[in-house]
Amino acid sequence: MSNLGLIIKREFSTRVRKKSFIILTFLAPVLMAVLLFLPAYLATLPGDEKVITILDESVIMDFHKGTDEIKLKYLNPKEFNFETAKALSESSGDYAFLHVPKSEGGDPDFVARNIRLFRAGDVSLSVEGFFEDILESYIQKEKLKAEGVDPGIIARTKTNVNLRVINTEAGLETENATLLKMGIGYVCAFAIYLFIFIYGSQVMRGVIEEKSNRIMELMVSSVKPFELMMGKIIGIGALALLQFVIWIGLGALIFTIFTATFIDPAMATGNPQAGAEQLNALQDTPAFEIYRSLQTVNFSNVLFSFLFYFIGGYLLYGALFAAVGSAVDKEADSQQFMLPLTIPLILSLLVILRALDNPDGALAVWMSQIPLTSPLVMVARIPFDVPLWQQALSMVLLILTFLAAVWLAAKIYRTGILMYGKKPTFKELYRWTRYRN
Amino acid sequence: MIEAKGIVKSYGDHQALKGLDLSIKEGSIFGLLGPNGAGKTSFIRILNQILAADEGEVYFKGQALKAEHIKQIGYLPEERGLYPKMKIGEQLLYLAQLKGLSKSTAQKRIKEWLNRFELWDRKDAKVESLSKGLAQKVQFVASVIHEPELLILDEPFTGFDPVNTEVIKNEILGLNERGATIIFSTHRMESVEELCEDIVLINKGSRLLGGKLHTVKSEYKSGWFIAETAQAWQAAKPSWESESLRSKGQGDFSYRINIGDDAKEELIQSLLNSGLISFKEEIPSLNEIFIQSTQDA
Repeated sequence: MSNLGLIIKREFSTRVRKKSFIILTFLAPVLMAVLLFLPAYLATLPGDEKVITILDESVIMDFHKGTDEIKLKYLNPKEFNFETAKALSESSGDYAFLHVPKSEGGDPDFVARNIRLFRAGDVSLSVEGFFEDILESYIQKEKLKAEGVDPGIIARTKTNVNLRVINTEAGLETENATLLKMGIGYVCAFAIYLFIFIYGSQVMRGVIEEKSNRIMELMVSSVKPFELMMGKIIGIGALALLQFVIWIGLGALIFTIFTATFIDPAMATGNPQAGAEQLNALQDTPAFEIYRSLQTVNFSNVLFSFLFYFIGGYLLYGALFAAVGSAVDKEADSQQFMLPLTIPLILSLLVILRALDNPDGALAVWMSQIPLTSPLVMVARIPFDVPLWQQALSMVLLILTFLAAVWLAAKIYRTGILMYGKKPTFKELYRWTRYRN
Repeated sequence: MIEAKGIVKSYGDHQALKGLDLSIKEGSIFGLLGPNGAGKTSFIRILNQILAADEGEVYFKGQALKAEHIKQIGYLPEERGLYPKMKIGEQLLYLAQLKGLSKSTAQKRIKEWLNRFELWDRKDAKVESLSKGLAQKVQFVASVIHEPELLILDEPFTGFDPVNTEVIKNEILGLNERGATIIFSTHRMESVEELCEDIVLINKGSRLLGGKLHTVKSEYKSGWFIAETAQAWQAAKPSWESESLRSKGQGDFSYRINIGDDAKEELIQSLLNSGLISFKEEIPSLNEIFIQSTQDA
C-alpha cells in the first residue's frame, strides 16, 4: 500500500473505532427520530378523561358530546339552578363546571359575554380552546337564526380553495413545488455546513494533536508532509461520508417504521394494490400534492450536486483547517485563524435564507459562484433548476480553488508542523508560504 | 556515506546554515556536535528531506540525495512522540510500513525487537500507558525497524536511566557492527568520546572543527605535561615553565610543565632523576574543546 493509503487507513480506522463516533453515528438518528416523532406519538395516546358539567340555560349547545378527552355532562336547567349545579359538579369531583346563562330577550352577545368556566385550579389550554371554538360556532348559529338565515345553507356552501400553481418554464407545464424545493435546498445546505464544521475541525484537532504529541518530526522523516496532510483530510472525509450514509440509511429505516406504525400499515407491508388504491383516494389531499410536486424535482442532479459540493466543500475547508492546525500549538490559539473560515460558512447560511426565496437573484447567483460560499449556496439553489453554465462554472471554480487551497495549505503546513512555541501572525503565515522547502 | 557541500539554509532573515561542508564515512559512528542553535537540527532535517537546502549539495552513497533514500535512513528525533492512543504493536507496524516494509516482515521484526526489550507481552498496550523510558524504547525500535543503512540519533540517551542507557548504547554498537552508519548528535561529550570515531563541531551554521576524534584532540594539545615525582624536581633549563600542583590536591611533588620546542627526552631524564612516578601529556577533554572552541568563535 502506498504511504498515502496507509495514512488514510490509519486516520479512518483509529477514528471509526472510537466510542464517541459509534455512539454519535447510531444514537443521533434515533434521538432525532425521537424528537420528531415523540410529539406525534404522544398525541395519539389517550389523555386523561376530563368530565365537565354543563348547565346550559339558553340551550344553545345542542348537547355536544365532547371529544375522547373531554366528556360533557349536561344538567337539566329545569331541575338545577347555577348554585345547585355548581355545588353538584364540585361534590362529584368533575374537572370543571361550565355555565351558559339564560339570555335576556334572546341576545346572543349577552350569552357570549357571560359564559363562565369554573375550576378549582388552572384549566388546561386544550379545554379552554375547545370550548371557545364550539361556543363561537353555536353563538354564530344563534345570530344567523336571529337574522333569519338557515345555518344549513352556510354549512352546505362552505368552500376550500387550494390554488394549483403551474410552472411553465421551458415550455413544460409542471406542478409548482416551491416549498418542497426550499425544504430540500435548505436541508442539503445545512447538512454540508454541519459536516464541514464537525469534520473540518476534526482535521484541525488531528493536526494539533500530532504537533503536541511531538510525533510530527518522526512522521515527516518517513512521508511527505503533503501526504500526511492529504491522508488526514481524506481519511476523515471517508469517515464523514460513512457517517452520512449510515444516517441516511437509519433515517430511511426509522421513517419506514414510523409510517408503518402511525400512518399507513398497508404502505409498509408493500401491498401494491392497497398502495394504488391509497393513491387514488389521495388525489386531492395535500399528501398527494407533495407526491406530485416531488416529481418536478430533478433528484439525480440534486443528489449529484449534493455529493459534489459535500466532498468539494469539505476538501477545500479541510485543507484550510489543516493549515490552521499546523500553525498553532493548542486549540485555544486557533481562534484568530478560524474566523476567516467560519465567516463565509455562517454568511452562506444567512444568504441561503434570502436565496431560497429568490434563487435567481444577484446575491444568490454570486454567492453560488464564490468557492468559499458556493458549497452551501449552490446546493440550496439546485432544486430550483440552476442554469447549466452557472452550475458548471461554480464546480470548476470550486475545484480550482480547492487545488490552490491545498497548495497554500501544504506550504503553511510544512513549515507550521515543525514550529513550536510561538503564535504566528497572518503576516508570518504569508512568509511561510514563500519559504523554499 | 554522506557528503555535504556548501549547505545553506535560511528561515526568513535568519541563516541557520552558512555553507556547511562535511563528510561521513560509511560504517562509522559520527558525532555531530554543536551548541544549541548551531544548525544541527536543520542539517539533520535536510538529510531526512524534511527540509530542502537553499544552496549546496548532499550526496548519499555518491548519489544526490533523493526521495528513495528516505527508506534507507532511520531517525530518532530529539522531540520524542508517538500516537498516544495507538497500541504499541499497531504503531510500530504503521511506522514500519511507512518505511516500506511488508506487513509480514514488519511483524516479524516487531516481535524480535519487542522481545529483545522485554515489551512483547505489552504489544497491545496503548502508548499512553507506558512509562517514559519504555515509550523511548518503542521509539528507538521505530527508528531502526527497517534496518536503515544510515541511522540518525538526536540526543538518543535523554530520558533513559543509566541501566537503559547501557542497553541502548549496546544496541547502537551492535547496529554499527552490522554495517549501519550512525550519526550521533548530542551535547553529552562523554558518550561521544566513548562511541564516536569521527566528529564535527558546528557553530552558528558553519563547521568549526572536525576529523578523527583523536586527531582533533591532539590538535588541541596545550603543550603542557603533568608529572609526579618522589622527590622535589627543578626545571633543568631556564626556558622551561612549571607550576606546582600541590595546592590543587595533587600530591606534594606534582607539576605542570611546558618545555616549548625542546625534546621530551630531556624532560623525562630530569624527571627520572627526581624519582618519576607518573608522566602524561595534557590533553583536553572533548568537553573542554567544545567550550573553548565555541567561545573563541
